Amino acid sequence: MKVQQISIFIENIPGRLAEVTTVLGKSGVNIRALSLADTTDFGVLRLIVDKIDLAKKVLAEHEFTVTKTDVVAVEVPDRPLGLAEILNQLDIAQITVEYLYAFVERRGENAVIIFRFDNADDAIKVLQDNGIRILSGENVYNV
Amino acid sequence: MLWNEEFETLPREAIESLQLKRLQHTLERVYATVPFYRNAFQKAGVTPDKIKSLADLQRLPFTLKQDMRDNYPYGLFAVPLERIVRIHASSGTTGKPTVVGYTRRDIEIWSELMARSFGAAGVGRGDVIHNAYGYGLFTGGLGAHYGAEKLGAAVIPMSGGNSKKQIMIMQDFGSTVLTCTPSYSLYLAEIAAEQNIDIKSFPLRVGIMGAEPWSESIRKEIEEKLNIKAIDIYGLSEILGPGVAIECIEAQHGLHIWEDHFIAEIINPDTGEVLPPGEQGELVITTITKEGIPMIRYRTRDITRLIVEPCCCGRTHRRLERMSGRSDDMLIIRGVNVFPSQIESVLMGIEGVEPHYQLIVSREENLDTLEVQVEVNEGTFSDAIKPLQDLSSRIRKEIKELLGITCKVRLVEPKTLARSEGKAKRVIDQRPK
Repeated sequence: MKVQQISIFIENIPGRLAEVTTVLGKSGVNIRALSLADTTDFGVLRLIVDKIDLAKKVLAEHEFTVTKTDVVAVEVPDRPLGLAEILNQLDIAQITVEYLYAFVERRGENAVIIFRFDNADDAIKVLQDNGIRILSGENVYNV
Repeated sequence: MLWNEEFETLPREAIESLQLKRLQHTLERVYATVPFYRNAFQKAGVTPDKIKSLADLQRLPFTLKQDMRDNYPYGLFAVPLERIVRIHASSGTTGKPTVVGYTRRDIEIWSELMARSFGAAGVGRGDVIHNAYGYGLFTGGLGAHYGAEKLGAAVIPMSGGNSKKQIMIMQDFGSTVLTCTPSYSLYLAEIAAEQNIDIKSFPLRVGIMGAEPWSESIRKEIEEKLNIKAIDIYGLSEILGPGVAIECIEAQHGLHIWEDHFIAEIINPDTGEVLPPGEQGELVITTITKEGIPMIRYRTRDITRLIVEPCCCGRTHRRLERMSGRSDDMLIIRGVNVFPSQIESVLMGIEGVEPHYQLIVSREENLDTLEVQVEVNEGTFSDAIKPLQDLSSRIRKEIKELLGITCKVRLVEPKTLARSEGKAKRVIDQRPK
């Protein structure tokens, strides 16, 4: 039930983000969700893409530092308190959210949020026990 | 002003015959008292009695900084500790410092040479010398201090730091001479300007500046901003401390090396071959009057040339051109000697760090800055920010522990640092020349 995400190390240099997206786009890789965490010197770009292995390969060819990580794609009811309720459940189960970011598109009545947990398996169980839908990789890569 | 007219204007022949006599005496002494030299001479197949002329000096082996480290702390001392009255150490930072000891006579000679140096800079009795060189293991502070006292000038033992107070004292005490590193003098000028104090209106006349490389353009800036004459002084703890050589205020061109106490040679740093006068190469110095720790053909690693033409000031001692660089890759950052290999060893000690790095040295507000650029690779990169920030703070902390200097660590993308054929370009020195 986990989704694979790629992360790219990017120096804070003008045009660098454009380069990543151009390299991916030209190889026919489509970005499904993204987040950019930045510091003064560098940033970490996290992406969910439709063709992860191809994406990793072309980025490595262009000498970017890329790693794969497992994240969890969660359907969150698109209404007030939708996200808060889920986070409360995770909190009760003492699961730490390392970061999260939203998916580009809605899915029916729901938004999709990408989570990185300290313990993904426990988190999935807690969420499912509470009737929250977790999206599989296939669901996410090719919506 | 000639502090010691007789010796400072000694005819060339007299200088050379005095040098030979003193050299022979020094060689006999070190051969008898320092096993390191005895072994080195024997290995080279020379005994002191074979040295019949100054040219024979070339037959003797070089002494390196490493030899001092290998004989740490007292192995190169030529007198027993009972005769040592002062111990200093160089700012050498690779593990152990290089230790030097002075006998009472060494201190007297050092004071004499510093007094001569002050004289060459136009300083004399009645002057108030504001000494902002550091006091302590570093030779700068006490070297200048004893010289100033010998000269008969009034010395203010400020040492470094506490810049606002430095300015207040200079202003209130009417200092006429400032002794410090060139960069610190500019820093003081800046601090004064920030406080709306006109440092140009101070009675300061002369700055005696050394302990770090500087250039003509920096000199102009100092002279302009402080309204003084800035004089270049040269020294190194292995040889003596400050006062090995100094520019005269008359010419401000080339540093007179006190040849009745030192023999200067210029060698090709790659082959060790002695170069003819006037050619540029590495400065090698032999001390011929030091008792505590005589140095035979010490490789300074400083690149210069000997100016043999007579000087307008009347001194007969030859001059060294302003140091133009180093034959090794040592950097001087805020007065601290830094070898890129030391930073490399820190990086290599951290698992997952690429061996590719670059050091960017520049100057901000007249203080040297060091940025260490390190390539990130898949071993050190994850999808989170914190481990990367932890990595840079660990590198920063370890460099601070080893070298005592604060640097900025910048993580860069892989393969972004220049790879050159053969020797990598590890250092980019952007400091103004």
